[in-house]
Amino acid sequence: MKHLLSVDDLGAEGIEHVCSLADHFTEVSQRPIPKVPALRGKTVVMLFFENSTRTRLSFEVAAKRLSADVMGFSIASSSVQKGESLRDTVATISAMGAHAMVVRHRSAGVPAQVAKWCDASVVNAGDGTHEHPTQALLDCYTIKERLGTVAGKHIVILGDIKHSRVARSGIKAFTALGAKVTLVAPATLLPPAVESWPVEVSMDIDTVLGDCDVVYGLRVQLERQGEALLPSLREYSAHWGLTVGRAKRLPTGALVMHPGPVNRGVEIAPEVLDWPNATVNEQVRHGVSVRMAVLYLLLHVDTDKPVL
Amino acid sequence: MSPKLASTVIKGGLVVDQTGQRQVDVVVQDGYIVGVGPDLSGDEVLDAGGCVVSAGFVDLHTHLRQPGLEEAETIESGSWAAVRGGFSAVVAMPNTNPPIDCAAVVQEVLALGAKAPCDVYSSGAITVERKGEQLAPMAEMAELGVRLFTDDGTGIQSAGLMRRAMEYASGLGVLLAQHCEVTSLAQGGHMHEGEWSSRLGIGGVPAEAEELMVMRDIALCRLTGAPVHFQHLSTRGSIAMVRAARQGGLPVTAEAAPHHFTLTDEACAGYDATFKVNPPLRPLDDVVAVREGLGDGAVDAIATDHAPHTPDSKERPFDQAPPGMLGLETALSLALGELNLPIAQVVGLLSWQPAAIAGIQDTHGGPIAVGRQANLCVFDPEETWTVNPDTLASLARNTPYGGREMRGRVRHTLVGGTAVVADQEMRS
Repeated sequence: MKHLLSVDDLGAEGIEHVCSLADHFTEVSQRPIPKVPALRGKTVVMLFFENSTRTRLSFEVAAKRLSADVMGFSIASSSVQKGESLRDTVATISAMGAHAMVVRHRSAGVPAQVAKWCDASVVNAGDGTHEHPTQALLDCYTIKERLGTVAGKHIVILGDIKHSRVARSGIKAFTALGAKVTLVAPATLLPPAVESWPVEVSMDIDTVLGDCDVVYGLRVQLERQGEALLPSLREYSAHWGLTVGRAKRLPTGALVMHPGPVNRGVEIAPEVLDWPNATVNEQVRHGVSVRMAVLYLLLHVDTDKPVL
Repeated sequence: MSPKLASTVIKGGLVVDQTGQRQVDVVVQDGYIVGVGPDLSGDEVLDAGGCVVSAGFVDLHTHLRQPGLEEAETIESGSWAAVRGGFSAVVAMPNTNPPIDCAAVVQEVLALGAKAPCDVYSSGAITVERKGEQLAPMAEMAELGVRLFTDDGTGIQSAGLMRRAMEYASGLGVLLAQHCEVTSLAQGGHMHEGEWSSRLGIGGVPAEAEELMVMRDIALCRLTGAPVHFQHLSTRGSIAMVRAARQGGLPVTAEAAPHHFTLTDEACAGYDATFKVNPPLRPLDDVVAVREGLGDGAVDAIATDHAPHTPDSKERPFDQAPPGMLGLETALSLALGELNLPIAQVVGLLSWQPAAIAGIQDTHGGPIAVGRQANLCVFDPEETWTVNPDTLASLARNTPYGGREMRGRVRHTLVGGTAVVADQEMRS
């Protein structure tokens, strides 16, 4: 595999492979010196055209634990501000000798464009409302850690699915591994042609939550409030949020997941995030292991050799 | 008496026009057709063996980009693209910078067009700066010969303003052409809203954004009695409404673009903005409906919506790139290769039907008869060729057909009696 642009690049087998590699790297991260030389001499560039805290730091930590050299790129201090085109920016960085580019952009498809323009391996770290494949991988890994398997589980995704790259990648990964996915959202936040997606859709949050293994809350994108998608956040929270009352009625052992950042009190009640079945911080921790696995897969010359 | 210029004979072709078809030669002299018949001769011979000889094509919808975006196209370069595609006349769209919304800009376009290899007609904007707020001085532009008015690029959002524009235009004897798109439904959209946009995470434009305005303008046509022309129709619903309106006797006309009868929204799957166009590429059912509309007369004309853009701008992320694709040099081949219509019908869709809509039927669109201005196209309907973006006459390269094999190719184009394209070569 040269690039990771979409969950489609992996398929079920690929996802399982990343998860089993991630197990090794979780062990590495627990060592007193959590570092292996697997990617020594490799340069990984963080090409973040859109703000990000957790994803960017997670990739940086992952690359560094593999001993790769990490170059940062921040739009605020770059020539993009001076009007440099995307292609020229990529060519410039490419000329410095990058082995991998981790790309985030507000526009769908940019990682695929970057992949056409350079020799480096490209990892999609979130492109517009398209995909965020490493998020889906860490979510699968988290579910496997907690529930043993993804296959056969009922995963309810709650919230702004229409504008969510996390949901698009998640749905692909969960269903590839054999989970059943149900979307719950006001109709304004469902994607067009949702009937062509491999999911069920429900408007009845209370019934669905009584019969699930995972409830996956998505962030309400407050920046979209001008689009008349919702009457108010208060109404959203009351009708579509994971309130304390709803969370209490979840089946025993059902996980509460969220990709972060959380709008506390909007999509999820703050206290629910502190319950033992909430996995927000675990997801972040697993993100490092999974991204180590992805970088290792893309950049390590001989992936059949043991990790170390 | 001034000395006669040399004559040119177009030899061995099949003449196809609105009166039928016949195997005759055509002699051209001093800008006019001076002979039509068997075994004619002339000073210069243009071989038309195996070819169709038709009126030069008329494009109702060309973006020549001048003034304002000369790095993408100029009136001259776009006109060369036109004649290479067999067009002897183009109607330049007004979304230039500044827009063609007053006499001064019309004059500039016409002055530049006078030096171009094809006849360049200027459209005019319906509203000042194409903002949809205040009527542009249509009468002063009409005095300069403008016959078609449009805010192309956007539709007139206000029904009240469109009504007034139609009333005003009908009094001037000019035609309003509408780019049908309800902005409040289309905004944030960069491709057709459907399965593919959903999958790709690209904001969608529903078919209804176009159809609602078609429906509204048909109603306004009924109200005012003023004719209206629908630009680049792309959906089954739009075409059905126009078909019904015509059957009801309303004075509506319509055009369709080659990309809307040849490409589907799936083409956007690689995020290549070459395939971004407005109205967007639609699913196959709509593509089929456009073909049906061209076949059964619901749609009058093939219009290219030739929209040059610089490579840089088309390399932007899909949602930031400008919409539009080249069309002049591939329109004939696509019509011949994809529509499965008799050649005479294809020629009608490209020549006399659009000429009538543009109001230039006296000089363009045939018939091919003695005394008519010699605006002619000679094409080989069977020759195959492969589109190479780098050899197009346009300054821009944004054709969605690069590498595609085409059937049917222009051999000669005559404008005002001059062979500006002869044996596929441009002659300046």
